Amino acid sequence: MDVANWLISTVSRALAFGVPLLWGTLGEIYAERAGVVNLGVEGMMILGAFLAFSVTQSTGHPGFGLLCAALVGGIAALFHAFLTVTLRANQYVSGLALSMFGLGLAGLLGRGWEGKPLGNPLPSLSFPGLSQVPVLGPMLFQDQTILTYLGIVLAVLLWLLLFRTRWGVAIRSVGENPATADALGINVALVRYLCVIFGGLLAGIGGGYLSVAYRPSWTEGMTAGMGWIVIALTIFAAWDPLQAIWGAFFFGALYHLSYRLQAFLAPELLKLMPYLFAIVVLAISGLGGRRRRGRAPGALGLPYVRGER
Amino acid sequence: MVGSAQKGPAPTARPTLVSLRHITKRFPGVLANDQVDFEVRPGEVHALLGENGAGKTTLMNILYGLYRPDAGEIWVKGKKVEIRSPRDAITLGVGMVHQHFKLVLPHTVAENVALGLKGTPFFAPARAVAQRIRELSERYGLPVDPERRVWELSAGEQQRVEILKALIRGAEVLILDEPTSVLTPQEAQELFKVLLRMKEEGHGIIFISHKLDEVLSVADRITVMRRGKVVGTVSARETSKEELARMMVGREVVFRLTKAACKPGEEALLVQDLYARNDRGLLALKGVSFGICRGEILGIAGIAGNGQRELVEVLTGLRRAERGKVLLLGRDVTNRSPRFLSDLGCAHVPEERIRMGIVPGLSVEENLILKKHHRPPFCRWLFLEPRAIRAFAQRAVEEYAIMTPSLRTPAKLLSGGNIQRLILARELSGRPAVVVAAHPTYGLDVGATEQIRQLLLRQREEGAAVLLVSEDLEEIMELSDRIAVMFRGEIMGIVPAGEATLEELGLMMAGEKRVGAKG
Repeated sequence: MDVANWLISTVSRALAFGVPLLWGTLGEIYAERAGVVNLGVEGMMILGAFLAFSVTQSTGHPGFGLLCAALVGGIAALFHAFLTVTLRANQYVSGLALSMFGLGLAGLLGRGWEGKPLGNPLPSLSFPGLSQVPVLGPMLFQDQTILTYLGIVLAVLLWLLLFRTRWGVAIRSVGENPATADALGINVALVRYLCVIFGGLLAGIGGGYLSVAYRPSWTEGMTAGMGWIVIALTIFAAWDPLQAIWGAFFFGALYHLSYRLQAFLAPELLKLMPYLFAIVVLAISGLGGRRRRGRAPGALGLPYVRGER
Repeated sequence: MVGSAQKGPAPTARPTLVSLRHITKRFPGVLANDQVDFEVRPGEVHALLGENGAGKTTLMNILYGLYRPDAGEIWVKGKKVEIRSPRDAITLGVGMVHQHFKLVLPHTVAENVALGLKGTPFFAPARAVAQRIRELSERYGLPVDPERRVWELSAGEQQRVEILKALIRGAEVLILDEPTSVLTPQEAQELFKVLLRMKEEGHGIIFISHKLDEVLSVADRITVMRRGKVVGTVSARETSKEELARMMVGREVVFRLTKAACKPGEEALLVQDLYARNDRGLLALKGVSFGICRGEILGIAGIAGNGQRELVEVLTGLRRAERGKVLLLGRDVTNRSPRFLSDLGCAHVPEERIRMGIVPGLSVEENLILKKHHRPPFCRWLFLEPRAIRAFAQRAVEEYAIMTPSLRTPAKLLSGGNIQRLILARELSGRPAVVVAAHPTYGLDVGATEQIRQLLLRQREEGAAVLLVSEDLEEIMELSDRIAVMFRGEIMGIVPAGEATLEELGLMMAGEKRVGAKG
């Protein structure tokens, strides 16, 4: 019975912890599919976390808090898009700056709230029938907020959009070969802006989830490197929203398990875990890199200038 | 036609589809188009002929909305229009097949065609478009499978996809930029049939080229450009190759090269039973053997992808040989580094001149010393010697007639011919023993081609062993002393150039071994 309990709690926690990873990764997949790397995920997530917390604390509506989190993520991403698409700045530098900026700003604004618990967090959903099912019920249908299920549905919808619709063809083409898309009358800059901003919205929600649902409180730096795992997961998932689902929950499980080692490991080592994971992910994807489907979008990281040779 | 005021000089002239009037376009330091007039009527192929850098592609990029003209007007079907983007051009019925195809390689043919196409359904656009692709390929004779991924297709097939893309968007005017540069002679003939079919359907075709023969055979009218200006427009039936060449280059052009008799010296390069794999890990060279003497040119003929690239890369140290030997001046140099080989006197004129031949962002003078920058006189200890470099570059630019605004200009801003001359200037300085030249005149114009070929012949006369890889059979036959034909990683036979016939070479290119060939 002990093993069953252990399994149940692990899966349930893996789901809960995988949610912000999933939302962030879905967003980053869209930005990168359009050819823009956004290393600012960590910054957008922490801003989202802070805004979701402070707005919920002030207004009492976690839903409204999450909406604001999405908006601030989108606005931060808009800056990144302006710098990299319009001004053609280096995407990596701009993204790193955004991460640092987000962490700093959230820390500054959050001083007064530091360590405070949230009065009214996002409620867990209850499924009266389903949660009674032995093993599976508590595993999948207890202590989960709506964002868990919404994230999975969103992943499926985003996969459909990317691979089965006209917009998807346009987005992927812009990321693979913007000159071609341009020659066919696609507005490359517009597509890139929209995808980057969309990525920011999702990252903001991912961050907001942390402060209004996962651990309803505010602490500085509470994203704890999750944004970097998202970057690695995007590669791990081979830029495919469906693969992002299991990737995110797999890493949720790993993170949760490493947390269980608390009794045996120094806290400093524990803090290293997410970065270690990121390195492991990249190594795994690199080893499997011979497969063609794991290939990055052709124009990833490259600004587009019409008519340059 | 809407009642546009057509005061055409010839009463038989059909109304024009597109008319460019007094187009002027300036780039930093260059007047790319100077008061250019050009028009195309329905049912005609109007060729735009000129050397590289004459302004042909610039003019067409203006018509296609990729550039805005500084001055001049564009009229489409009797109406003055503004073309701000390719989307405007497409709406007006103008389609373009770029020299370097604009295709998304990992996507399917149907996805490429559906991209940005108006009227496709939101869901499953590729499926909806596949049917129309099949109809059009039937109608114009452009067979292609909509489900295939573009990277799997040959260059000829990719070109068909580009043409279909334009047709499906309702292109009435189709611009083809150097369309035959990637095709085999047979594929080019196929393309000409398609163009004929399109002419019958009333399309107007703009055919950009610098090849005189094909322009004469496919075009109805020919407009010649030189240095941004129109030299004149002639009817294909009333002109000749010589006249066109004169208009294009601005002087008489000799079509036959004078070549001294071959006096082969000692063996400079010997290749024995060479095996190597390609990038996908498949065997690309299967027991290749040959030798080249000083003062001799060995031509390697064959359809692209039969191991020529891998052979060149093994010989220049860029790819590992799995088995076999390469001997340079009697020394075993198998799998030695490129620098070792180049120090021993092996020059390399690479296939992709911008990607492998130069560092595009570095200046002309820096590119000229790339192979020798680490040795005196160009460098002392850690530091470069700018005066020695400048003096060397100055001499090279003059000797090889490299047209560049200055020695400090980034090499990427030069035209193709000048980039190739720059590479030859670098590679041929210091008297190489062996010159490995891959497609040295690919994509160059008449004038530049002539100069490059003469440079190679001069190397031969000065006692270098030259390996010439080319898909241009005429070039091979004209320059080589002996011709080897490659097919699927093997040499089908080596024949003296004097005895070779096009038919025999063609058969060997298709995989027929020459009787008595020594592998």
